[in-house]
Amino acid sequence: MYRSHVLVCGGTGCTSSGSERIIAALEHEIQENGLTEEIKVIKTGCFGLCALGPIMIVYPEGAFYSMVKPEDIPEIVSEHLLKGRIVTRLLYQETVQEDTVKSLNHTQFYAKQKRVALKNCGVIDPENINEYIGLNGYMALGKVLTEMTPEQVIQTIKDSGLRGRGGGGFPTGTKWSFAAAQPAGQKYVCCNADEGDPGAFMDRSVLEGDPHVVLEAMAIAGYAIGANQGYIYVRAEYPIAVKRLEIAIGQARENGLLGKDILGTGFDFDIELRLGAGAFVCGEETALMTSIEGRRGEPRPRPPFPAVKGLFERPTVLNNVETYANIPQIILNGADWFASMGTEKSKGTKVFALGGKINNTGLVEVPMGTTLREIVEEIGGGIPNGKKFKAAQTGGPSGGCIPASLIDIPVDYDNLISIGSMMGSGGLIVMDEDTCMVDIAKFFLEFTVDESCGKCTPCRIGTKRLLEILDKITKGKGTLEDLDKMEELCYHIKANSLCGLGQSAPNPVLSTLKYFRDEYVAHIVDKKCPAGVCKALLNFTIDPEKCRGCTLCARACPADAISGSVKQPHVIDPAKCLKCGACMEKCKFGAIYKK
Amino acid sequence: MEMVNIKINGMPLSVPAGSTILEAARQHGIEIPTLCYLREINEIGACRICVVEVVGMRNLVAACVYPVAEGMEILTNSKRVFASRKTNLELILSTHNRSCLSCVRSGNCELQKLCKDFRIYDETLYDGEKPASDYDDSAVHMVRDNSKCVLCRRCAAACAKWQDVAVIGPNGRGFNTHIGTAFNQNLSDVACVSCGQCIVVCPTGALSEKDNTKDVWRALSDPTKHVIVQTAPSIRVTLGEAFGMHIGTNVEGKMVAALRRLGFDGVYDTDFAADMTIVEEANELVERIKNGGKLPMITSCSPGWVKYCEHYYPEFTENLSSCKSPQQMFGALAKTWYAEKTGIDPKDIFVVGIMPCTAKKFETKREDESASGYPDVDVSLTTRELARMIERAGMYLPKLPDEEFDAPLGTSTGAGVIFGATGGVMEAALRTAKEWITGESGETVEFQEVRGTEGIKEASYQIGDLKLNVCVASGLKNAKKVLESVKSGEKEYHFIEIMGCPGGCVNGGGQPVQQAAVRNFIDLKARRAAALYENDKNKPIRKSHENPVVKEVYETYLGSYGSHKAHEILHTSYKKRNRF
Repeated sequence: MYRSHVLVCGGTGCTSSGSERIIAALEHEIQENGLTEEIKVIKTGCFGLCALGPIMIVYPEGAFYSMVKPEDIPEIVSEHLLKGRIVTRLLYQETVQEDTVKSLNHTQFYAKQKRVALKNCGVIDPENINEYIGLNGYMALGKVLTEMTPEQVIQTIKDSGLRGRGGGGFPTGTKWSFAAAQPAGQKYVCCNADEGDPGAFMDRSVLEGDPHVVLEAMAIAGYAIGANQGYIYVRAEYPIAVKRLEIAIGQARENGLLGKDILGTGFDFDIELRLGAGAFVCGEETALMTSIEGRRGEPRPRPPFPAVKGLFERPTVLNNVETYANIPQIILNGADWFASMGTEKSKGTKVFALGGKINNTGLVEVPMGTTLREIVEEIGGGIPNGKKFKAAQTGGPSGGCIPASLIDIPVDYDNLISIGSMMGSGGLIVMDEDTCMVDIAKFFLEFTVDESCGKCTPCRIGTKRLLEILDKITKGKGTLEDLDKMEELCYHIKANSLCGLGQSAPNPVLSTLKYFRDEYVAHIVDKKCPAGVCKALLNFTIDPEKCRGCTLCARACPADAISGSVKQPHVIDPAKCLKCGACMEKCKFGAIYKK
Repeated sequence: MEMVNIKINGMPLSVPAGSTILEAARQHGIEIPTLCYLREINEIGACRICVVEVVGMRNLVAACVYPVAEGMEILTNSKRVFASRKTNLELILSTHNRSCLSCVRSGNCELQKLCKDFRIYDETLYDGEKPASDYDDSAVHMVRDNSKCVLCRRCAAACAKWQDVAVIGPNGRGFNTHIGTAFNQNLSDVACVSCGQCIVVCPTGALSEKDNTKDVWRALSDPTKHVIVQTAPSIRVTLGEAFGMHIGTNVEGKMVAALRRLGFDGVYDTDFAADMTIVEEANELVERIKNGGKLPMITSCSPGWVKYCEHYYPEFTENLSSCKSPQQMFGALAKTWYAEKTGIDPKDIFVVGIMPCTAKKFETKREDESASGYPDVDVSLTTRELARMIERAGMYLPKLPDEEFDAPLGTSTGAGVIFGATGGVMEAALRTAKEWITGESGETVEFQEVRGTEGIKEASYQIGDLKLNVCVASGLKNAKKVLESVKSGEKEYHFIEIMGCPGGCVNGGGQPVQQAAVRNFIDLKARRAAALYENDKNKPIRKSHENPVVKEVYETYLGSYGSHKAHEILHTSYKKRNRF
């Protein structure tokens, strides 16, 4: 028995900000102080509040230390762990209370969250199967194998109202029932862990923080549809996830929870990993399976749907990581429990990766139907530097921009579709008034142009032509006719493309055209970028009234574009100016403007 | 057959369940245009030209791959459909090298036809950056010009699925996708077998044979050259297609007339050399069986197959008959026996082959193919190149009179003619071998078991004391299957005929291009082969060893079958080629 547990986040964010060094320092100090028998250090998955990393929590007090540096560790060990005095200065400020620490669950970031898929993330050691089992892990698998028929399993998932968390939102139970209805024979269960939206890391966090939940859910799916082989298609760029999955699969096999005759019930199920090379299109289900088959990862026409003819032309169920992460709890807690969360047609919770211009960058899980305002302003802690919220992009490059006027919309599958965006896998990028919406559309389109597989005409050529028009507009060379041409092309690409990538690629353009048309017009007619982002439309000028002639700007200019004598107002030569903004940063008198 | 009820453009129709919208529509006389679709091998829904509306569906669907379902209502000609197809064409055009006037496929280009049908009056509507494109003329037999590629991938499908060679395929992705070899090497540096199947399925001018017509024009205008031409068996039943004639029309006489009018000094028939091949090869087979030589013996007439064997199955090169192909035997004899007979110096004889084949161009450059000290064949043209020469010379083939081949190299038998179809070499060899082994001149000359367009055919014949097991394969994917079954010991044959192209030479990579709209619904190889068998039936002599000129060549020049001199002139050698 240990008297104290120290949980250090080993997720990707905190690992990047140095949590490995924190752990090393902790272990060193604990040894120096002779506490190895009393204190246990556990490396967990993501806590969610990535902006505050590296993060650690000391139990039983529940002291939440944020932005910990290795040099803080001796103090934490000697003060908190040895003497029982919490180091208040290192606590996450919101948890500081006079006599004790406030529970994390009562902080603004966590209060409105409901952790289902992320239940174990940041709680258990993902490399130790016993910790997963200790929190009812593999109990759901035991339950379905010993107490439920495959039909009952599928009915439970249907009743729960769970919809696919990977993008389309197809009802999971229905999908399983299609595969189950196929004649018996070789069938497969696949897991889509090829999360590729820029800025999204929900699935990554589940894999890193709670890998066994995916394995357990896949085995349940295998039992439900009559498959005995599973594949997890995971990006090679997720090395920690890959490693923890490998460890988890090994431990599950050792414990008889994967492999032959699971739990003595006669049910066989095993899982193998397949590493993807990072093509975004391989997140599309048919492309993913084509890639597993060892061929060029490209989508193929549907029907036939994977449930009928999927991997190696056999009936296949494919769900993404977050979808699977909900399964064991639905089995254990019942369909009604799950269906009690969320909205009428979107049940349960959804994990979002909050990013962009927001204070609490990180991972949040909220009941479906939570409003965008709650997510951004309360959980996300609002926009930094007192700037104004302008828009949020959901669904990554396939989604659309939601303007400030729609910030009170309850977030669920159908609402997002109705306003021209989509749930996608759960990326949520917040933009403030300094964001140019034309530039944002261009950014996302650059991504899809780059990631188009090149198979079908509208996506291969059409998206490129869209990007060229956008580029023209950001350079001030667009015409109003271009807007019509672009809109027409957007609808064409949506209606004609072979797969979801092309069918949704125009969404960022269409949604910005719909909600921010005035910005496009400003670029075209006034030759101005209202947010001051599009370089070609910017002009830097020095206000002679304010300029003191300190020469700092001239010295900072990499292009020798600024001239003027000492103590005399300086001038920028627009022909030479690179519009890098270095002068503006240097000016101490606020004399330089961009417009 | 289970049927479903659907509506196309409001018309209620009953169509077989499981058929695609394209097939269902076609059954009721509605043609849906396609570009990337190639039946059975390229059903990928990529080009989006065949898109149609299905009532109730948000997006358009590709008719070539979308299955019909009970109650489905389909619109194939709606405003939205037309607009979509048009935009897809405009997008393709924005990346296309539009130097159409002089393009080798002008007039027979599928993209051009679609653009005309959909009234693309602004070809430049979506112009922008063009994808980087390479022009690869490194190979002897063909040119790849990616600036004209529409990325339909029909070539890659033919290469992989018919030929199991797969040396070309999509590289890069998105806008930078292009068809190329592994690591974008030159085509001449990869294990391409030169079959040309990619060319005949290409909808545009992106893939074409290497044009050698100028070499022939030059020779024809050179007074010091004695320019003679030989036409392969299948040319007579395909050349007419290039002039709009029905598939399977025999235009032998008109072809001869055209060649004579082009100015050739002798218009001869490769069929004669095919007869030579049969007697020499049948003799080789009998010798191998009698003396315990390497079996099964495999034919070597098809240079695409031979190259495939050298690259992919070098362990079988000893099984290849050492006989040169008919094209090369013709050239070898033209520059030896014929030169001697006519008193013309072989260096002044210019031999042109008209072949159904692009690999024949490669074959002329092979080692050990110059019996006289000069290349056996100087230039090998495809059927398409001959058609272009005839057009340029201002002749309209259907209007030409029927004329006869010249003597002596134009004399042939029915056995020589059927070389052009899969199983033809086998049948011709059987006609001769049977008589030689049994010593009886039989009445039956037809061996129906080895006829037909199936990819692999097997038969056993009791010939004297010998039960002769034979196999016929065409298309290299089928060749591979046969070789693997021999390798594993599963099958034991004495003699195997392998043709590189599916269906044999009638479907060769040098034949006139039939657009996919025809190819997808008509079995070209069957129609063309039927014309060859019809020709054979009407020949007075149907056995190679009865060809009087063949007899003369042996009696007056070579001595006996398989003699030392015959070996020097009519046989060749093979080598292992690298696969990578």
